[in-house]
Amino acid sequence: MWDKQTIMMIVEGTGVTLYMTLASTLIAYALGLPMGILLVVSAPGGLKPNRAVYKILDVAVNIVRSIPFLILLMLIIPFTRLIVGKSYGATATIVPLALAAAPFVARLVESSLLEVDHGVIEAAQSMGADLWTIIWKVLLAEARTSLIVGATIALGTILGYSAMAGVVGGGGLGDIAIRYGYYRYQADIMIVTVVLLVALVQILQMVGTRLSKKLDRRITR
Amino acid sequence: METMIQIKNVTKTFVGKDNKVEALKGIDLDIHKGEIYGIIGMSGAGKSTLVRCLNFLERPTSGTVLVEGKDLSTLSDSELRRARTQISMIFQHFNLLMQRTVIDNVCFPMEIIKTPAKDALSRARELLSIVGLSEKALSYPAQLSGGQKQRVAIARALATNPRILLCDEATSALDPTTTKAILGLLKEINEKYGITIVIITHEMAVVQEICTHVAIIDQGTLAETGTVEEVFQRPRSKAAKKLVFQGEREHYGEMKGKRCIRIVFTSNSSFEPVIANMVLACKSPVNILLADTRDIGGVAHGQMVLQLPEEAGAAEKMIQYLKNRKLEVGELDNYVG
Repeated sequence: MWDKQTIMMIVEGTGVTLYMTLASTLIAYALGLPMGILLVVSAPGGLKPNRAVYKILDVAVNIVRSIPFLILLMLIIPFTRLIVGKSYGATATIVPLALAAAPFVARLVESSLLEVDHGVIEAAQSMGADLWTIIWKVLLAEARTSLIVGATIALGTILGYSAMAGVVGGGGLGDIAIRYGYYRYQADIMIVTVVLLVALVQILQMVGTRLSKKLDRRITR
Repeated sequence: METMIQIKNVTKTFVGKDNKVEALKGIDLDIHKGEIYGIIGMSGAGKSTLVRCLNFLERPTSGTVLVEGKDLSTLSDSELRRARTQISMIFQHFNLLMQRTVIDNVCFPMEIIKTPAKDALSRARELLSIVGLSEKALSYPAQLSGGQKQRVAIARALATNPRILLCDEATSALDPTTTKAILGLLKEINEKYGITIVIITHEMAVVQEICTHVAIIDQGTLAETGTVEEVFQRPRSKAAKKLVFQGEREHYGEMKGKRCIRIVFTSNSSFEPVIANMVLACKSPVNILLADTRDIGGVAHGQMVLQLPEEAGAAEKMIQYLKNRKLEVGELDNYVG
């Protein structure tokens, strides 16, 4: 049963999972990072308080976050088809993955940026810094460690979601686990894919934690 | 003298959900070029709000703030930002960028005004040598002590050649020795570069150490203003007395348990040097802890608190001497003010 073909399939599946995870995370950050920044800036007591902008974003983020991923995945099939041209396979899975993860990322970014000491922001304002300078050189720069920790969490979560997409032929390790492990009762394949998924999350977590520690200048050496 | 900052009838009200806090209730204050102006008050008196009105980190609810003749409320956002580069500020908790090296922190305000990186770097080096931290240029703030962090903040504040330096409780997180050193540095900066300094503090000792002028703020209003000597020697308002007294209380603490007496002057001639004569007669020194006497038509009125010598014989002799001079003498146990 563990012929060359099966092994190849699992190796390929690992690659596809990584591809889906990384691509979706990237897109989720492209959407979620500005959203997170906007949430912090427009919040009451923020740098440029704007009730309307804040409320709309806040509610939109909550709505998307409260839809279970599998439902969202099916809900937006027409949209996915519009963008990718088909509704199954790895690339098609990236669309709902990114969309589901974006508001989650927005919240992660928001909480990271809120950790930045208000006094430092005030100091930058007292020097005459404009909004962009404060966002780039104070908020994002000072929160970078926390942002990396957040990105690690996002990667792990999105990896888990990508496996879920296997139910509808999403491709990758999750897909393999469901088709072989579940429908064909091949427990060994199931176990291998699960072990691989666990290993991937472990590696991502380790790299993320190390990177954030390495880049943190608050630790005295 | 040229007026640097003019505060006219400034009020600030914070409106909360179900309450209103009047932090400032009509403040008038003129600060002139080259002065080191202390604004002192108990916590919650509104002093931090007041200093933030000087660079519009807080916008006054009403009233005007003129900095070098310019009304800050009439400035556009970008004009206000430009004005702020001339009004630097240092803080109680230093507020350095923790992810940047010391020298990059000093460069930050110069990045804001778009100084070429090379010029900024050489200016930052110069500033670090002024504050005595040249060898820490590549360290991170987390590796520095509180005093060193405040020195970095001072270097950063000077980077854009400001005309005014606002200090918001700049020494409140530091120990007494470090406080003295930082205040010395501020004085040096004031003298060398002619920068007008506004110091917000709750400690009278800070005001005494370096300020030329002082304003006492109490519950959102100015209780008293004047030169430091005037206010310190003759505090008129209750708030001023409380603050002037606060410094002395510390000294009383050190003398706890020793023998103290209180003398009340009611009828003696104010031309008679009672204490000096007593010291000469008893050949032993005394410590004057408090002296509040006035000459009313040639008669001394008021009170004094003296700490007597340890030696019982000398102390008794002194008490006897004072009683013979028809003064009211009372013993004080554990006098702490």
